[in-house]
Amino acid sequence: MTLLVSAARSGLLRGFLTLAAAAALLLNAAPLAAQDPPIEQGVRIGITYTPGLRPGMLVLGGARGVVLDSVRAILQRDLRYSDRFEMITLPGGDSLFLGIAGVADSGGDEAATTGPAEPFVNYSLYAALGANYAVAILADADTATARITVYDVLGENARRTIALPLKPLDDPDFRMSVHRLADDVVLAASGEPGSAATRLLFIQRGRLRRVDSDGADVGTISPFGVAAFSPAWAPSADRIVYTELSEGWGRLVVGDPLGDVFVPVPETEGLLNYAAAFSPDGGLLAFARSGDHGTDVYTYNLARDCCLERLTVGRFSDNLSPTFSPDGRQIAFVSTRAGLPQIYVMAADGTGQELYAPFDYGVTGSSLAPEWSPDGTRIAFHRDVAGSPQVFIMDARSRMVRQLTSAGRNEDPTWAPDGRHIAFVSSRTGRRQIWVIDVETGRVRQLTQAGDTRLPAWSRRISEPTNP
Amino acid sequence: MKLKFAMTLGVAVMVAAAACGGGQPEEVAPQPDPDSIAAEQARRDSLAREQARRDSVARARRLEEERVRREREEAARREREITVAVVAILAEHVNFDFDKSNIRPGVDTERLEAKLGIMQANAGLQMLIVGHADERGSDEYNMALGMRRALSAKKWLTDRGIDPNRIAVRSMGEEQPVDARSNEEAWALNRRSEFAVAAGGNVLVRPTGM
Repeated sequence: MTLLVSAARSGLLRGFLTLAAAAALLLNAAPLAAQDPPIEQGVRIGITYTPGLRPGMLVLGGARGVVLDSVRAILQRDLRYSDRFEMITLPGGDSLFLGIAGVADSGGDEAATTGPAEPFVNYSLYAALGANYAVAILADADTATARITVYDVLGENARRTIALPLKPLDDPDFRMSVHRLADDVVLAASGEPGSAATRLLFIQRGRLRRVDSDGADVGTISPFGVAAFSPAWAPSADRIVYTELSEGWGRLVVGDPLGDVFVPVPETEGLLNYAAAFSPDGGLLAFARSGDHGTDVYTYNLARDCCLERLTVGRFSDNLSPTFSPDGRQIAFVSTRAGLPQIYVMAADGTGQELYAPFDYGVTGSSLAPEWSPDGTRIAFHRDVAGSPQVFIMDARSRMVRQLTSAGRNEDPTWAPDGRHIAFVSSRTGRRQIWVIDVETGRVRQLTQAGDTRLPAWSRRISEPTNP
Repeated sequence: MKLKFAMTLGVAVMVAAAACGGGQPEEVAPQPDPDSIAAEQARRDSLAREQARRDSVARARRLEEERVRREREEAARREREITVAVVAILAEHVNFDFDKSNIRPGVDTERLEAKLGIMQANAGLQMLIVGHADERGSDEYNMALGMRRALSAKKWLTDRGIDPNRIAVRSMGEEQPVDARSNEEAWALNRRSEFAVAAGGNVLVRPTGM
C-alpha cells in the first residue's frame, strides 16, 4: 500500500508542525514525547463524557485534495456539532499530521524490521494537547477509498478503522456519506450514536424544504403554488408526510424525501387535516382533523389503506398534535379539555386518556407541540412562560419538567435520533429560524439562516441509498 | 298636396289611355270617372291613416318596451347594488381576543346581528365562515383555534335559528394574515372570522329595517 502522506522516518518529534505552532508546541511536546509519560494502560470502557468535561478530539491533517479536504471539514464540523467532544484546534488553524512509516521500496533494514507500513501515532503529543481521541483520514493510492482510524490516545490503540468509499463532490450522496462516517466516529469514540447523517424538514414561506443536520444542502421538496404545512418523517426516514393547504382545507400527502412522488392520503381530501405523525412501524398515521366537530385526533391505516378512526371526542375542546411513543403503544397529544392547551397521553387505540405533563391550573401557560424522544424516556414540548413559548422536556417516568430555553420565543421542538439534541424555532435573532440545542449542556447553534423558517421535523438516520 | 298628387295621377292615366288607344283614333277618349277618383282617394287616405296608426302603435310599443327595459335595468342595477351592499355587510369580519374564540358584545355582535338578518331574509343563501389566528401561538394550534373561531360565529347564528346546513366552516390558522406586520394592531386585525357567500348569493335582498 502506498500512502500519500509523506513519511517521517526520523527525529524525536514525528508530528509535523507548521512554523506558527512549532515554537510553542516544541517546548511542551518534546519532553513529553521523550520521557514516555505515565499513562494508564489497558482497555478503556464506557463513556468518558461528564458534564463540563468533555473528552478532547483531534482531527489529524493528512493528504490534501478537494475531496479529502471536504471530508475532513465536514467530519470536523459534525464532530463539533455532536457536542460530545472538546475539539482541539491548533493556533492559526494548523493541522497536526500523522507520522507515517512508509514502506521502504529499496528493501532497507527499517522496512524489514517494522514490517508492513504502520502510521506512527504520536499518542504522547496528542495527549499533551488534551486529546482523548484522534482521528486520521488517509486515502488509498487510487483515492477511491479513504481509511479513517479512530485512536484512543490514552489507551494508545486504534479503536476502530472505517473504510469510506470516496464519492465525487457532486454525488448527491457525498455529504451524507461523510455524515455517516462522522456518526461512526462518534460511536467509536463515545459509545453513543451520533445524529449527523440526518436531515430536517421545515416550512419556509409555504414551501416544504429540507436541510442536512449541519445546515448545508438546503433543498425544496413541495411543488410551487402549494402551501405546505406541518411535515413529519416516517421512522425509516424514506417517507415523509405533510399537509397541503388550500382554501381553508388541508389534505395529507405521503411522499419521498426528495419530493419526486407524492400520493394524497385517502379520506383527507376536502377536509382540514394536519399535524400528522407516523407510528414507529410506519403503518399508521395519526393526525389532527378540524371541522364542524371541532378538532380531534384521528388515525389512518396506511399499511392496509383503510380504517380511519377517531381517537378523541372533543365536543367542547380541541385535541391535536399527536406523537407516538417509540414502542407504538401510546400517543401523547395536546388537549384544551382543561381550558388552556396542555399535554395529555392515551393508549394508541384512544383509551385511557389522561393528563401527562403536570400543570398548575391558572398558573402554567399553554403547553403545545409534544414530541416523544427516540428512546421514549422524555417528551419535548413548548410552554408559554410570561407570554413567550419556551422549550421544555419532561421525563416520561417521573414527569418532572425542565425548561431548556429562555431567550426570545422558542417553539416546536423536534428530537435528533441521538436523543441528545433538539431542533426548535427561535426568534432570538428577530426572525424565526431553526436552532439546535444540546439538551445535556445547553449549547445552541443556528441551523437555518435565510427567511422565516418554522415547523421543523428531524429525521432518523438516513441509510445508504439502495440503488445509487 | 294630396289634390295635386291626384291630378298628376289623373293626367298620367289619361296619357296612358291615349297611348294605349293610339291605333284607334276614332274611339272617344274615356273621361275619368269622378266617383272612381274619389273612391281611389278615399282608399289611399284610409291606407295612409292606417299606416299612421300602425306607426303610432309601434312607436308607443317601442317606447313602452324601452321604458320597461330601462326599468328592468334599473331594477337589476338596484338589485346588484343591494346585493353588493348586503355581501359587504355579510363580509365584515368578526374579531377575537388573543387565544380566545368567544364572541365579544359590541361591534362583533352588531355585525353578527346584521348577518343573521341577511340569512333570515335570504332563505337560499349559504355561507362559508373561515377562522384565522394571529402569528403568535403554535402554528398547528392556530389551525384548531381558527376553526374554533369559525365555529363560534356559526354557533351564534345557529343558536338564533339559522339551519346549520347553511353554514360551512374552515380554518386557515395563521397562514393568511390581513396585516403582515408584527404588532398589536396587526394581530388584532388578524384574529378574525371571515364570512363569504358559498351559494345562493347572486341576488340578495336587504332585510327589513336595514
